[in-house]
Amino acid sequence: MSYLNFQALGKQFGDFVAVHDMNLSIDRGEFISFLGPSGCGKTTTLQMIAGLLTPTTGKIFLDGVDITETPANKRGLGIVFQSYALFPHMTVTENVSFGLEMRGIAKTERLERCRDTLAQVRLEQFSDRYPKELSGGQRQRVALARALVIEPPVLLLDEPLSNLDAKLREEMRIELRLLQQDIGVTTILVTHDQEEALSMSDRIVVMQEGEVSQIAAPLELYERPASTFVSHFVGKTNLVQGQVTALNEVGINETRLKVDTGQRAPGMAVQISIRPEKFIMSTEEPGLKVYVETAIFLGASWLYRVNGSLGELFVTQPNTGSARYTKGDTAWLSWQEGSLTLFEEHA
Amino acid sequence: MGGVNTRLAPYFLTAPGIVFFVALLGAPMLMTFLLSLHSYDFNTGIQSDWTFANYIEVLGDSYFQKIFGRTFGLALLVTVICVLIGVPEAYILSKMSSRWRSIFLLVVLGPLLISVVVRTLGWALLFGGKGLLTMISQALGFGDAPVSLMFTFTGMTIALVHVLVPFMVISVWASLQKIDPQSEDAGYCLGASKLTVLRRITLPQAMPGILSGSIIVFALTASAFATPAIIGGRRMKVVATAAYDEYLSTLNWPLGAAIAVLLLVANVVIIASYNKLIERRFAKVFE
Amino acid sequence: MHNLGLVARIFHALFVAFILAPLLMVIAVSFTDKGYLSLPTNGLSLRWFHAILDNPDFIDAFWMSVWLALIAASIAVLISIPAGLAIARHKFAGRDIIAAFLLSPLMIPHLVLGVAFLQFYSSIGLGGSFFGLVAAHVVLITPYALRLVLSAATGLSTDAENAALTLGASKFTVFRRVTFPLILPGVAGGWLLSFITSFDELTMSVFVASPSTQTLPVKMYHHITQTIDPLIASVSTVLIVLTFLVMLILDRFYGLDKIFIGKG
Repeated sequence: MSYLNFQALGKQFGDFVAVHDMNLSIDRGEFISFLGPSGCGKTTTLQMIAGLLTPTTGKIFLDGVDITETPANKRGLGIVFQSYALFPHMTVTENVSFGLEMRGIAKTERLERCRDTLAQVRLEQFSDRYPKELSGGQRQRVALARALVIEPPVLLLDEPLSNLDAKLREEMRIELRLLQQDIGVTTILVTHDQEEALSMSDRIVVMQEGEVSQIAAPLELYERPASTFVSHFVGKTNLVQGQVTALNEVGINETRLKVDTGQRAPGMAVQISIRPEKFIMSTEEPGLKVYVETAIFLGASWLYRVNGSLGELFVTQPNTGSARYTKGDTAWLSWQEGSLTLFEEHA
Repeated sequence: MGGVNTRLAPYFLTAPGIVFFVALLGAPMLMTFLLSLHSYDFNTGIQSDWTFANYIEVLGDSYFQKIFGRTFGLALLVTVICVLIGVPEAYILSKMSSRWRSIFLLVVLGPLLISVVVRTLGWALLFGGKGLLTMISQALGFGDAPVSLMFTFTGMTIALVHVLVPFMVISVWASLQKIDPQSEDAGYCLGASKLTVLRRITLPQAMPGILSGSIIVFALTASAFATPAIIGGRRMKVVATAAYDEYLSTLNWPLGAAIAVLLLVANVVIIASYNKLIERRFAKVFE
Repeated sequence: MHNLGLVARIFHALFVAFILAPLLMVIAVSFTDKGYLSLPTNGLSLRWFHAILDNPDFIDAFWMSVWLALIAASIAVLISIPAGLAIARHKFAGRDIIAAFLLSPLMIPHLVLGVAFLQFYSSIGLGGSFFGLVAAHVVLITPYALRLVLSAATGLSTDAENAALTLGASKFTVFRRVTFPLILPGVAGGWLLSFITSFDELTMSVFVASPSTQTLPVKMYHHITQTIDPLIASVSTVLIVLTFLVMLILDRFYGLDKIFIGKG
């Protein structure tokens, strides 16, 4: 039995369909990410779970209980807002203890639990400061502590890391994931950052224009995207147009590629996706002959733009300590079987 | 860059304002202060002596004490009423949909642009012998006797609240605008009821606006002239109308100057100490 | 409005009624056909609006106020632009004191300014002059203009100006082509707010204006202290309508709330 469950959940604002017919079940202790570009309905969904928006259609169940009509202040979920939404007129301790106070918990216990939670997010020594006196990362951790101290059944995170600088963001990803696993709280993260979703989640829900595109574990999502949208949005990819020429063979211009075509009939227009790092680049044959147009050094790796019979392609190769290809070089590309993904071309 | 040139630039740029203000603000204010230190004789006019007699008279005379007491009582009452009705109105405005809000902001703030004389005239028409009050009272069957709030403390209070409450609304409105709406959502999600969110999350964050609105309303009421002059008249003198009479009826300028200086000092002291208080209280909390 | 409770809506309706009642009363009375104060129960009459035309005093006072406000607001802005730029963008010894000095009229009751100017002008022989009236108004409204220029200039980065300098513009060209256009909204807002403040000012002007330099508020005030008649109501109605038009323009270009946050 799943812990958090949506049935045909939908939200409309006037004529605009923000979320359409969403079905999902989440297990206890799971870390789920809603991933998608802005306007895909991920935040709307989060707000419906929190009780800040009333769904137009469908139901939400928490631990078998229908909470669709339960107001936000009775749901008891923990939520970390994008702006953190700390109470600027309260100290860190007052912020964190607010939820406990609303639950009528005695002062001594409140202070004790605040102290414990602040210790978990490593903010013990800041308990008497006001939010204005804290750094962005510290504010973020206060918001987290405020949401966790009430021991919520579900923790909701609305783009919690997007206001931090790049380095801090990467550190917080690890910290947040470890903390979540430690506490075991069921967590839903809303983000537009695919790396964030891939690195933290048990499963990712990719959304596009109010619809769920794919629900999968991070590795599966990356390796077997269900659509060209997902393959584009999660990681980088090369997409080339072609058509099925025979069983397990796709023709692109004069080139023939071996791909699993399934039941598709010859003549069908398809797209082939291949990720830049799946290429094996060599100075010798055999392979697909290409010319190097640009070589860009990225530190840990090289990014090449190459041109050949498949058209323009991006290729990533690990940095081995020397510049192996420069503009104008000829190279040969090969790849392992199963690296290509085939999509039917949509109009 | 030319060192001396750059260093002196700000002084050149502010010089026109400074010169103008020294000549046309500094000099008149200083002269008024000096004037308040002379005594006045009804037959021979302003004397050339130096004395605190005017201040002693104003501070010691029960007639002036009553006027000062009335003025500050009025200022306090008007401020309290403006808080009580202006704060909820600002909150309601902030919760409206943007279309209604822009209409009602115009209605509520617009009167600030209309001359105080015009607005006070409206109340004079409502309060006067044949005004709306009388009509209401007659319609309700309280007899035909005209009901008038002209020349009453109540009438002055109502008219001044009307004149000044937009300042309270705009001041509270400005600080409500600064509140992160998500902090109210955070309150609900942590289990607070709507009323608790209002009391514990929204109101405290609006406090700087309420306090600065209060000081504006208080200071402007304490020195208000037009409304008390028209509604209060000679019967309900306040500091400003008393000083006016000293200058233009009694022609005892030194005494009028002393009243004006005292009004200024009281005004500045109250505003400055209030600002200090706000600063101390909120420096850590708000920008 | 749908997300407001019933109590809130009733409160709001009463509040709006309170705000509008005196204005509507003035407008209603101005349309009476009677020779005395009364509501227009026998249909609307324009006789009291015609009466304004027979009282050139009011029209003269109106133009006096317009000229006074135009000149005073312009001088206030001319003082405020350099001063505002210096205060907002330079760090120099005495900056805070200079800023406080130029903003100080905000703290001084208009009555005090009025009596100070009355004595000052009569002692230097400028009593009742138009020049004196203008100068007094400049002192009174400069803080309003300065505050709007300050807020426009404070957030202004010097990058655009430096860019223009590196592109070969002279300092004056930089001011004319880059700096001034950037602070123009603040300057225009400051001018308008100064104009309105000057136009409406009564308390100080009552002391400074002579019968030959009576502004409209002063003229109206003296009229009201003598008698309250439908004529003053019709003058007020004209003023309400004019103000309303200005208000619409202001709201359209600036947003009224932004203007008033500067005023408070």
